[in-house]
Amino acid sequence: MPATFEPIATTTLGSAASSITFSSIPATYTDLRIVLVGANSASGSNCYIRYNGTTGASTLYSYTHISGNGSAASSGRATDDNKILLNVTSTTSTTVPMMTTIDVFSYTAATNRTCLITWSGDENGSGTVERTVGLYRSTTAVTSILLANSGANWASGTTATLYGIKAA
Amino acid sequence: MANTYVLIASNTLSSSAASVTFSSIPNTYTDLVLRTSARSTRSGIDDGFAVVLSSNTNTIYSHTSINGTGTAVQSDYNYNMSNFYAGHIFGINGNTTTSSTFSSGEFYIPMYASSNKKQLSFVGANETNATAVQIGAAALFWNSTSAITSISLSSLFGGDLMSGSSFFLYGIKNS
Repeated sequence: MPATFEPIATTTLGSAASSITFSSIPATYTDLRIVLVGANSASGSNCYIRYNGTTGASTLYSYTHISGNGSAASSGRATDDNKILLNVTSTTSTTVPMMTTIDVFSYTAATNRTCLITWSGDENGSGTVERTVGLYRSTTAVTSILLANSGANWASGTTATLYGIKAA
Repeated sequence: MANTYVLIASNTLSSSAASVTFSSIPNTYTDLVLRTSARSTRSGIDDGFAVVLSSNTNTIYSHTSINGTGTAVQSDYNYNMSNFYAGHIFGINGNTTTSSTFSSGEFYIPMYASSNKKQLSFVGANETNATAVQIGAAALFWNSTSAITSISLSSLFGGDLMSGSSFFLYGIKNS
């Protein structure tokens, strides 16, 4: 059986950093998956993704999320944004590792790019769980992915792995 | 390149059982994925998983979850527990719901052999073509730095896991 779930790259931070970037992503897979586990240097920061070196000036992103914090559920959306938030309502922790998975579908096809994000951030007494669908309105193949923090750093030890998934 | 999404073990029940345990999990993978299809003998429309890791029943388990019924959503949590309440109303079908229907679920367990505290995720649903159905997701926190060497699942409300329930444990390597 051919291998269809292959590690492309892994980054484990030796010191705190504001972002992790996967670049030169090969076009040989069907879908991508990122698994990121780590704490933050500060609580309450926003984590997000961008593709292909786009910046804060971009308006190509939108997303819709559903979130729960243990006592209330909520849903919201953003359009014409410059990023896709990983934790729309969730706090980040300096001591408890959060976990997120990001599935990027058909990242080389001639279509806009959708992704599905899971965020798990329970902290034994507080926390959040989220699911988000994101859209990047570009038909350009995704060749790089930025995992960034707004106002904080990924803590030392944070690990992110990029996998490639083949349909055949 | 070697396949990095590997079936470690599976268990499809041929008769009802109080629990299912995957033991002696090798530490040679980076992450684990546990996929479930389950129904319990509980006299009710729904059930959930009670999950114990590495036979540790200290009060180091907590969760935050969200679930929806098709008409409403809610969120809840439990903390300082002696096991995970995983999908407590959406992880398993109870035995008074539509016959021959089984819930679907997936646990993702990253860095299970590391010396870090463990944050897991669970997503599940018990669609039954009835009004009382649930879909949900949970963040599960295991406040331990020990490696996860076994996973035990049972009915949260004391039923047995029914014949036909199936469980598949996969290992994923990042290198």
